Amino acid sequence: MSSTTAAHHDEHHDHPTGIMRWLTTTNHKDIGTLYLTFSLIMFLVGGAMILAVRAELFQPGLQLMKPEFYNQLIGVHALVMIFAALMPAATGFANWMLPLQIGAPDMALPRLNNWGFWLLPPAAILLTLPFTLALFGIGDGAIATGWTFYTPLSIQGGIGVDFAIFSVHLLGISSVLGSINVIVTILNMRAPGMTLMKMPMFAWGWLVTAFLLIATIPVLAGAVTMLLTDRHFGTHFFDAAGGGDPILFQHLFWFFGHPEVYIVLLPVWGFMPQILQTFSRKPMYGYKAQVVSLWAIGALALVVWAHHFFTVGMPVPALLYFMYSTMAISLPLAVLFFCWIATIWKGSLSFETPMLFATGWIVLFGIGGLTGLVLADVAADAQYHHSYFVVAHFHYTLFAGGMMGVMSGVYYWLPKMTGHMFSERLGKLHFWLTAISFNLTFIPQFFLGLAGMPRRIPDYALQFTEFNMISTVAAFVLGFSQLIFVYNIVSCVRGGKKATDRVWEGAEGLEWTLPSPPPYHSFTEQPIVK
Amino acid sequence: MSSQTHNAGHYYVPNPVAYPVILSSGLLALASGFIFNINNFPAGKWMMIVGALVILGMVFKWMGTVIAECQNGLYTKWEDKSFRVGMIVFICSEVAFFAAFFGALFFMRVISIPELASFDPHFTMYKDFTSAWPSAGPGGVVLGKEYVVGHLNPMEAWGLPAINTLILLTSGATVTWAHWGLMKNNRKQLVIGLFLTVALGISFLACQAVEYHHAYTEMGLTLGSGAYGASFFMLTGFHGFHVMLGTLMLIVILIRSMKGHFDADHHFGFEGVAWYWHFVDVVWLGLFVFVYWL
Ligand code: HEM
Ligand SMILES: [Cu+2]
Repeated sequence: MSSTTAAHHDEHHDHPTGIMRWLTTTNHKDIGTLYLTFSLIMFLVGGAMILAVRAELFQPGLQLMKPEFYNQLIGVHALVMIFAALMPAATGFANWMLPLQIGAPDMALPRLNNWGFWLLPPAAILLTLPFTLALFGIGDGAIATGWTFYTPLSIQGGIGVDFAIFSVHLLGISSVLGSINVIVTILNMRAPGMTLMKMPMFAWGWLVTAFLLIATIPVLAGAVTMLLTDRHFGTHFFDAAGGGDPILFQHLFWFFGHPEVYIVLLPVWGFMPQILQTFSRKPMYGYKAQVVSLWAIGALALVVWAHHFFTVGMPVPALLYFMYSTMAISLPLAVLFFCWIATIWKGSLSFETPMLFATGWIVLFGIGGLTGLVLADVAADAQYHHSYFVVAHFHYTLFAGGMMGVMSGVYYWLPKMTGHMFSERLGKLHFWLTAISFNLTFIPQFFLGLAGMPRRIPDYALQFTEFNMISTVAAFVLGFSQLIFVYNIVSCVRGGKKATDRVWEGAEGLEWTLPSPPPYHSFTEQPIVK
Repeated sequence: MSSQTHNAGHYYVPNPVAYPVILSSGLLALASGFIFNINNFPAGKWMMIVGALVILGMVFKWMGTVIAECQNGLYTKWEDKSFRVGMIVFICSEVAFFAAFFGALFFMRVISIPELASFDPHFTMYKDFTSAWPSAGPGGVVLGKEYVVGHLNPMEAWGLPAINTLILLTSGATVTWAHWGLMKNNRKQLVIGLFLTVALGISFLACQAVEYHHAYTEMGLTLGSGAYGASFFMLTGFHGFHVMLGTLMLIVILIRSMKGHFDADHHFGFEGVAWYWHFVDVVWLGLFVFVYWL
């Protein structure tokens, strides 16, 4: 993406070029590009980690690595994918597209915007540095507790836990800054005449996301701070010997952790209806219902957290409360699904790459939501908890619902961002390889979980072998298919057929009224929305 | 229906700056230095010092730039509103941060300690738990240090903490009085009000230092004193840290006021700090009630 936006940069002679441009930029598009590039790189890094894990799981027994290292890989994989791949992708889109969609000259707080991005590389360094340090005999590697930091394991863990704690702190500051910026931009920078109820759905999705981030990220920061003081400064928050409780950590973590799963998805729920309407060539169905549902999900997300540890020992009324409130989330989610399907219903559909991903997304994310409903049942969850069923569930939501949504967004907006069309042929190939290998990777995991295979264990009983082999082979296909994605993006940035302003025949919205790529400063004159 | 006037002007988009990226490098150095330090690698200390200096320098430069831009009239009503909304959202995130620690306090008081006390002594490692609060663990024994006391002495609410409550409440009033001064262009009132607020903030911190000293040296109340010690010091400590930040910000605003910055309809810098100060005040009231008093 870099070379094309650079072309527009001549108009501003006072701006630094080369690496300094990227280090110091206050431009929303440059910062968006940074976020998206970072996200793509970390997506590959996190993917490489999990392929090593899948290779180990190809057969029972320990082949490639020690269990300690295995534990480090799964934990860091999850942290990287959630915090360094999915969330930055969403923020990258917010940076690129929010000002264009609402007719603003830039994000409201450009310097903070720059800082929000430049906190991410240090955070990624902190997270992964312990791997390298261990090679030099310092410490025993990265965090090995899984991404959930559960006490008491994390209290006993090594230096990797400390690094992860501070990594989370930097990521947290970045998210809070990003949320402040998004909220202020949406509330203060809309074009005259664009009332809240005329905003693009993407802005609504991000507004709810930012609300959840502001409410929960600081709680995570508090939780890991207490973890740090328990580890090094003698406090007993999570230690029964002083009146604390390890389960308190689970409450604090999931108060953040459950909303977090919506944090990574709400931006996607925002732009997905826009993509669906573009390729259906008819207006979005149920705008108001979608806005209300987004807020309902945002609000409910804050009060259902304990469904992640039903089996830990809770009074029955608490179990019932968390079960029913969790299930209640399915209602607004179902409204959203209804609206998405109604949007494409009887439209004149065409299946360019973004639309392939969008329709595939509805189906696959639907499976994720439905299996969540199964897990929300307290009695059933006693069987499924901590099994591969959960792993399969959250990959249908996070990979299909999150990543494939992001991919759809990338293909949708890439021509707008770069000014070039990407290769449809490669895009379609990428979609089919991804969709098929994704299902082949994770459908077996549902059955493994149902049959009782626990997650986060490097070895397994013999009867699980075949399904694990299928899953591993498919995971490698899935991983390497992503290279097509990378290649397609890079060549699209480098050149290709010129994109028109509107790019897609049915595209509606302010971003399509600007040239592709848009000028360096988006709307110096704000458009007036009727 | 549309408000075409409010943004008829041009929104100020600052030129590229290197402060944020340098600031982040400082944070990286500080964080990794701290980690090395607590894991007994001596190099950590030096990394921390370098990191802290970089951070201080950058905050100083960055704020200086913002103040200069403000004085050069680059900010109109439109930017002003961005700052206001941004500050409100930021304070909301701070509320969530404190909520985590209050949540931990309530959880331990209401759930984990009564539960520990209810266990059959034959089946638990910690036999002498009582469900009384404050609790520092089984039998009220102070953990983590060599001395052992029969029961835990909580910090008395109606001594220094009550005085501190008065101090903070008064400081909330003085900062508002300063604001009134600004609104009616009475600079003397503004400066005196701010000066009093700063003085009260510093006295608060001094009282708290005395209290901590008393806790550690005379009462045997430390971070390691179980649930009570942990929640007491973490809550009051983070609050004290925020008071310190608030005081520093007030000092900046005081100096700016003496230099003649701000006027009746252009003073976000002042108001942002005042809001922050009120927020710190409200958190203290929560602390006073739930940590000291009840
Ligand atoms: C109606 C919708 C959903 C319901 C009812 C639901 C329910 C659940 C439940 C009960 C669990 C805990 C299972 C266990 O550990 O025993 C769980 C785990 C999980 N869910 Fe969902 N879920 C839903 C949607 C989603 C969505 C949209 C996402 C993410 C984008 C998501 C991400 C996750 C993740 C990441 C975990 C596992 C976390 C871990 O233990 O590492 N879920 N879900
Ligand atoms: Cu959840």
